[in-house]
Amino acid sequence: MLMNLILKGFESFGEYLLLLRRSFTGLLRFRLYWELWTFESIKIGRDSLFLVTIISLFTGAVTTVQTAYQIVSPFIPKSTIGAIVSTSAILELAPTITSLVLAGRVGSNIASQIGSMRVSEQIDALEVMGINSATYLILPRLFGAIIFFPVLVIYSCFIIHVGGILAGMISGAVNPTQFVIGIRSFYEDFQIIFMLIKAFTFGFIISTVSAYQGYYVRGGALEVGNASTRAVVISSLMILVADYVLAQLLL
Amino acid sequence: MSQLRIEHISKWFGRQHVLHDISFTFQPGQVNMIIGPSGCGKTVLLKCIVGLITPEEGKVYFGDINFLDLSPEEKRNILRNLGMLFQSSALFDSMTVGENVAFPLRVFTQQSEAEIQDRVAYCLERVGLAGTQEKYPAQLSGGMKRRVGLARAIALNPQYLFCDEPNSGLDPLTARRIDELIQELTEEFHTTTVVVTHDLKSVMDMGQRILFLYEGRAEWQGSKEDMLREIAALPSNLQAFLKASGLVRA
Repeated sequence: MLMNLILKGFESFGEYLLLLRRSFTGLLRFRLYWELWTFESIKIGRDSLFLVTIISLFTGAVTTVQTAYQIVSPFIPKSTIGAIVSTSAILELAPTITSLVLAGRVGSNIASQIGSMRVSEQIDALEVMGINSATYLILPRLFGAIIFFPVLVIYSCFIIHVGGILAGMISGAVNPTQFVIGIRSFYEDFQIIFMLIKAFTFGFIISTVSAYQGYYVRGGALEVGNASTRAVVISSLMILVADYVLAQLLL
Repeated sequence: MSQLRIEHISKWFGRQHVLHDISFTFQPGQVNMIIGPSGCGKTVLLKCIVGLITPEEGKVYFGDINFLDLSPEEKRNILRNLGMLFQSSALFDSMTVGENVAFPLRVFTQQSEAEIQDRVAYCLERVGLAGTQEKYPAQLSGGMKRRVGLARAIALNPQYLFCDEPNSGLDPLTARRIDELIQELTEEFHTTTVVVTHDLKSVMDMGQRILFLYEGRAEWQGSKEDMLREIAALPSNLQAFLKASGLVRA
């Protein structure tokens, strides 16, 4: 039973790598991908903005209030709250929380879209026309994700700071000046690079894992739903694993 | 290159042997029909021919070229010479009717937008759907979707036209119209047309060369005239299939 699961895991991973390789072959004219990339980028970027704004605003606010709650010593300056919130936002909250949320929104969308195309024979139609369906369907989504995830994460990081400052003001825990002093006192350029590496990696994971789940759907509407759920679960797990590996390797 | 020939095609799914050593020559400019009861392997055979499924044994010759020996890129070059109508129509639901028909033209030709629009209008008019360019597939009936599928299939002037159960699930009048269209397009474009069906009315209306499959085996092949001339001499499974249709006397 366990052995079968392990073997199935290896088989799926091999299939995933082969699909990735195939998605970089048989390229057609650039204009075709440009149009698709634009369409996917709008869906990934613009359509996620509202959700990312709300989640980031509250994440920043809650982190500020909880950090303030834990700092009870009068010897610790208030600016420490800003430093802790800012460092957490850059290193962990913005890239990881945003990506986990987008795994649900973007990942399930990619898996269900490609899965629906599979069960309605649209992928077969592409293949019969002589078009490499893997390239046509996966490449624009992959590039949309690896370009726009970092943009969304930078935006999320900014909004977390805004949320933190607002919550500090409203609760009286820390004023904006102290908060900004905290941000500046612990800031390092590498933290931003680390955040962008994470965003790029998570974008890659979400787009490719979800595309893989959708591409190999067999059956009907029920299986498309299952593939969509699997895409979210596996992407989320892989994000957490990659999060740890990157932290261990780069910090 | 428009002759199509399959030799000794065999296919297994796991331990299930679904196609047994099938050979057949599809004639250019004719409607060649693969018929048989549900589950006999007709669609699997069609998918083996167009490369959607790879058979374990056998050869598929487009002209003198064995399709199965080619690299993926070489296969794609062959595939650009064929059009296919799917059972589900397989229209891209994010595109309008016009965009669906224009899609292969945009991908594979250097035509200007005006030329593409002219060709789209011609193809849609040819299948009786002039002026529907702006509609989405979700706004069309089943029969209209099949006709758009046909328009897309002929957009690039294919040498081969494949149709998988082209009239299943349609009312008799629409089904006959689809059959007529396939026949007309075969004559107009001189395509090698392959139609998979279990509808004997279609066979009687447009069939010229016939391959009868039963449980994955080619039980009979020949012309429609041969089939109808001496029904008593046909294999018993084909006789039963014909009689069950009610189109020939028991």
